[in-house]
Amino acid sequence: MTVKQISVFLENKKGRLVQVTNVLSQNNIDISAISIAETTNFGIIRMIVNKPQLAVEVLKKAGFTVNTADVLAVEVPDCPGGLHQVLEILSHLNVSIEYLYSFVRRPSQKALILFKLDNTDRAIKALKEKKVNILSSQEVYEL
Amino acid sequence: MMYWNRPSECMGRETLRELQSQRLVKTVERVYYNVPYYRSLMQERGIVPEDIKGIEDLSKLPFTTKDDLRNNYPYGLFAVPLSEIVRIHASSGTTGKPTVVGYTRGDITTWSELMARTLACGGATKDSVIQIAYGYGLFTGGLGVHYGAERLGASVIPISGGNTKRQVMLMRDFGTTVLACTPSYALHIAEVLEEMIIPREELKLKYGIFGAEPWTEELRQEIEEKLRITAIDIYGLSEIIGPGVASECHYKDGLHIWEDHFIPEIVDPETGEVLPEGSEGELVFTTITKEGIPVIRYRTRDISKLTYEPCPCGRTHARMHKVLGRTDDMIIIRGVNVFPSQIESILVNIGETEPHYLLVIDRVGNMDSLEIWVEVSENLFSDEVRKLENLKQRIANEIQCTLGLSAKVKLVEPKTIERSQGKAIRVLDRRK
Repeated sequence: MTVKQISVFLENKKGRLVQVTNVLSQNNIDISAISIAETTNFGIIRMIVNKPQLAVEVLKKAGFTVNTADVLAVEVPDCPGGLHQVLEILSHLNVSIEYLYSFVRRPSQKALILFKLDNTDRAIKALKEKKVNILSSQEVYEL
Repeated sequence: MMYWNRPSECMGRETLRELQSQRLVKTVERVYYNVPYYRSLMQERGIVPEDIKGIEDLSKLPFTTKDDLRNNYPYGLFAVPLSEIVRIHASSGTTGKPTVVGYTRGDITTWSELMARTLACGGATKDSVIQIAYGYGLFTGGLGVHYGAERLGASVIPISGGNTKRQVMLMRDFGTTVLACTPSYALHIAEVLEEMIIPREELKLKYGIFGAEPWTEELRQEIEEKLRITAIDIYGLSEIIGPGVASECHYKDGLHIWEDHFIPEIVDPETGEVLPEGSEGELVFTTITKEGIPVIRYRTRDISKLTYEPCPCGRTHARMHKVLGRTDDMIIIRGVNVFPSQIESILVNIGETEPHYLLVIDRVGNMDSLEIWVEVSENLFSDEVRKLENLKQRIANEIQCTLGLSAKVKLVEPKTIERSQGKAIRVLDRRK
C-alpha cells in the first residue's frame, strides 16, 4: 500500500535541480509530486514519478546519489480540518512523521498527502479502519 | 650571546664526534640487549653490538619508522621496565592509534636541559617571564617547554593554549617577556592584541619561541612586526624527545641540533642512502642519551639539509635548514599532525566502503580551519534531513575524538572532488 519515492542528494549549487528535471524529461518520466528539503549547504529532492526504477537508473547514470523510500499516499478532503483528521489518527497511534508534502489537484477536489512515517504498517491499518483513502502507486501515477 | 651550557654547545667538533661515538656504542648495546625488536632486526642483518665501534658505523644500523613505533604499540620499543618510566606522552598516529613515548627520570632531566638550552638560544634567561601557550597534556609541547623553562630558572606561566583574550590580559599584567607557542597562534595573539586596543608599550614581550608546525620567513616577519619581538624557530618531535631537538640562535640561519644527544643524518627518502653535507633529503635522528625509548636512525619524514659550518654565535653543533617539506602526506593543523588516511578510516568506520573526501585547510583570522568535504554515496545518503545532519555531526565528533581537532563537515555530491589520473586529491591547503 505504499508508494516508491525517489530522493536525490543535491548540493546548494546553481543549476543542479534543472539537471535532474532534464534527465527525467529526456527519459520521458512524469513527476506526480515533488518536494525539496533544504539545509544551508545541501538539499534533498523527493519525488513521486511514474517510472521509479528507470528514474533511479538514469539519475545514477547521470552521476547523482539516488535513494528510494516507501511513503504513504493519503487522500484527504480539500476543506478545513481535512489534514487535521488524518494527523489526529496518527497522533493517537503514536506514529511519528519524518516529513510530509502535499499537493492539491484541482480546487475543491481531494488533496494528496505523502507521508514518511516511522511506522508505516501501523498507520495503514489504523487509517483503513477510519476509512481514510490510501492510494496505490498506480493511482498516484495516474493523477 | 647567551649559552645555557657553553662547554657542550661550543664543544670542538673532534671532541663532539668522540662523545657521539661513545654514546652511540652504548645506545646500540642498550637497544640490542633490552629491546627484542631491535635485537631481532640487527640479528637479521647479521650485526652484533661489537660491530658498531663509532659514529662511522652508524649507516650499518637499520632505520626506525613511525610504523615500527605503531606496530610495537604501546610499550614495545621501551628499553626499560615500566617501573622506570616516570612520564608517557603520545602523538596522533595514522590509524587512530597514537605513537607512544616514555621517559625515565633521567630522560626528563635531559629533556629539561635541552629545552633550557633551546630557550636560552632564543634569548630567554632566568629573569624571563615565559608564557607557555603550547597545549599541555599528551602532546609534548606544553610540558616539554615547561620543564625547560623551570630548569632555566625563569618564571613560568603555564597557561596552555586557547582563551586568547585572557592570554593577552595576563601577558600584560604578568609582564611576560617570552612567548612560547605555535607560530600561527602567535599571529592570532597579535591580532587579538590589536582588537583589544592594548598599546604595545604596556607589554614587556621581547622574544617568541615558536615551533610544532612549519612556517615561512614571511610569517616570521609578520609576527615580528606585529608583536615587535624576535621570533625564533625551534624543532622537535615526540619520537626523538619532543621540543628541544634543535633551535635557531639569533642569527636565524638554520637550527642548531643538540648533537651531543641526537645524531642527525640526511638520507635519500627513496633509497635510504646517506647524502653528503648540504644535500636536501630526509632528516634522520639517532638518540644517544635517551633511556626510556632510544630510537635508532628514526626517519622523521621531514625534508631538510644540514651544514657543519661554524655559526657566528659560537655554537659548533650542526645546523638544519628550516623544514622544507614532507616525504609523506602529513599535514599540520593547529600544531596537530594529521594524515588524510585518518579521515579515511573514520569514514570507513561510519559505513562508507570507498570514501571520497577532501581536507580543506585554510587560515581564518590566522587560525587554521579544517573543513572535510565528503561525497555522499548511496551508503550514506538518506531521504531524511535529520539523518544527514546526524551523519555530519558523527563525522565531526569522530574527528574531534581521534585527532582532537574541531572540523566542519560538508556533504557534497559525487564526483565533486577532483581526481587526478584516477588518484583522488585528499588535501587542499589554502594556507600557502
